Amino acid sequence: MNGIPWKEAAAQPAAVGPAPWRATPPGRWRRALGEAAIEGLLFLAALVSVATTLAIVAILVWESIVFFRSVPLIDFLTDTQWTPLFDDAHFGIIALLSGTLTTTLVALVVAIPLGTILAIYLSEFAGYRVREFAKPFLELLGGIPTIIYGYFALLFVTPMLQKLYPELPGFNMLSAGLVMGIMIVPYVSSLSEDAMRGVPMDMREASYAVGATRLQTALFVVTPAALSGIASSYILGISRAVGETMVVAIAAGMQPKLTFNPTEPAATITAYIVQVALGDLPHGSIGYQTIFAAGLTLMLITLLFNILGHLLRKRFREVY
Amino acid sequence: MNTPSTPAHAAQAGLKALVRSLNFWYGDFQALKNIDFPVEQNRVTALIGPSGCGKSTFLRCFNRMHDLYPNMRYAGEILLYPDGVNIVDRHVDPIEVRMRISMVFQKPNPFPKSIYENVAYGLRVRGVRNRQLIDEKVEEALRSAALWNEVQDRLDDLAFNLSGGQQQRLCIARALATDPEILLFDEPTSALDPIATARIEELLDELKERVTILIVTHNMQQAARVSAFTAFMYLGELIEFDDTRKMFTNPSSKLTEEYITGRFG
Repeated sequence: MNGIPWKEAAAQPAAVGPAPWRATPPGRWRRALGEAAIEGLLFLAALVSVATTLAIVAILVWESIVFFRSVPLIDFLTDTQWTPLFDDAHFGIIALLSGTLTTTLVALVVAIPLGTILAIYLSEFAGYRVREFAKPFLELLGGIPTIIYGYFALLFVTPMLQKLYPELPGFNMLSAGLVMGIMIVPYVSSLSEDAMRGVPMDMREASYAVGATRLQTALFVVTPAALSGIASSYILGISRAVGETMVVAIAAGMQPKLTFNPTEPAATITAYIVQVALGDLPHGSIGYQTIFAAGLTLMLITLLFNILGHLLRKRFREVY
Repeated sequence: MNTPSTPAHAAQAGLKALVRSLNFWYGDFQALKNIDFPVEQNRVTALIGPSGCGKSTFLRCFNRMHDLYPNMRYAGEILLYPDGVNIVDRHVDPIEVRMRISMVFQKPNPFPKSIYENVAYGLRVRGVRNRQLIDEKVEEALRSAALWNEVQDRLDDLAFNLSGGQQQRLCIARALATDPEILLFDEPTSALDPIATARIEELLDELKERVTILIVTHNMQQAARVSAFTAFMYLGELIEFDDTRKMFTNPSSKLTEEYITGRFG
C-alpha cells in the first residue's frame, strides 16, 4: 500500500466495523409512541378492575354509613331479629348471618372431604385415561348455572331427604347446603389437584425409593407439600359458599331466623338481598339501605377469609 | 474400620446380585439389551457411559422405579442374593424390592419436612411407632451419612435450610435409616461443588462396609476413585465389565478405551 497510512486506517472501520452511533435512529419516536400507547392501554385495563372494586367498596361503605345513622351498630350486631320491612323493625344481622354460616358449613362438610379425596385420586392414583375423562365432567359440574342447582335442591334433594326424615320442611338449609357443597367440589378439587400435580416428581420418587406405597406417598409427602395450594382451594370454596345466592334463595327459604339447625328454613344474607332487591322499595328508604349494610357484611366476611387464606399460605408455604 | 484385605471383610464378600440377560423397553424403544453382570457384596460397582447409554435406566431397574410410569416392560432377571429372587419379576412386589434396595438421586430431594422427619420417613412408612427406636435409627443413619455433628442441634429445622451437600448427605441418611441391602446412587454428586463431592466420595468408601453400592456417574475419575468394579455401557448394551483398575489401565474393548480416554462421550 502506498497511500497515507493513517488515512487508510481511518477509512477501514467505516467499511467493516459497526454502524456509527446515532443518538436518534430513524423510527425511534414512532416506536416510543407505539410503546407508550400500548402501555397506556394495559394500564387502563388494570385501572378498570381496580377502579371498579374501589367504586363498589365506596358505594357500599357510603350507603352503609347512611344506614348506620338511623340504626346503631350495636343493634345491628346484637339484635336477634331481622325484620326491616315490618312496622316493628329489627336489624339484627346475626339472624341472617346464622343462615349464611349454617349453609356454608353444610356445604363445606360435603365439599372439603369430597374435593380433597377427588384431588388426591386424580393427581396420584387415576391413570391418564381416567383423568382425561373425569376432568371435563368435573368442569361441567362447575359450569352448571346455579339456578339449576337451586331447583335441584328444592325439587329433588329435599323430597329425597324428606323420605328419610319426614318432618323436614320444604325449605331447609340442609338440602341447600348439600347441593351447594356438590357445586363447590370442582373448585376445591381442581385447585387442589393443580397444587398436588405441581409437587415435583423427584419428591414422589424419593418417597417410593424408601418403600412407601402410593397412599403413603400421597398422604405424607404430596399432600403436605401442596398444603398451601390446598388451603387456598378451601378458602375459595368458603368464599363461594358464603356468596352463593340462587341455591339458598330457592331452597333454604326466605325467612330470616336465628338458628344453626340445618333442618330448619332460614334466609341467608344473599337470599335477603335478592328478596329485597326484587321488591319495589323506595330509593333511600331504610329497607333500601339494609341491602348495602348486608352487602358490606358479606364483603367483609369474604375479605376476612381471603386474608386468612393469605396468612395460611404464608404460614404453610413449603418451598421445593 | 475394616480394610478390604481383613479376613472379616473377605468372609462377608460374595455375590449380592446377578443380572442375567436383562432387557428393558420404554414403549417400543429398547433401552437395555441383554445385560449380564455380577454385583459383588460390600463393594462399589460403578456404571459409566455417555449420556443416553441406559446406565440410569439400568440402575432404576434395581428398585423398580420404572413401575411408577406407564408403558414399560422388563425382561430377564436381576437375582438378589442370598434368596435368589428375581426382583424384576412381575409377581414380585416392587414395594418389597424398594424396602431392601434404596436410592439416592441426582438432585438432592429432601421432603419439605424437618431433618428428623426426613430420616425417619422410611421407618414411619414401615409402621414403626416406637419413638425411642426411631430416635436411635435417625441418629445412627445421620452418623453414617457424616451429617450428625452438623445437624444434631437442629433436627427440627426444615431440611431445605441445609446446603446442597448437606441435603445430599441427608438423602443418604434417609436411604440408610431402613438398613437397605443395596444402595443405588444416580449421579449423586453432579449437582454438588468439589468439596461436597469429595465428602460424598469419602462416605461411599465407609458405607460399603455395611451396604452394597451401585453408582452411576458421568465422571470417570470418580468411578476410578470410588469403585472396585466398573461397567461400561453404550447404546443400551454392556460393553465391558471388569475390575476398575484393569478397566482404566488396560480395557479389553476398543470402545471402552476410546470413552475413558475422552475420545467421545
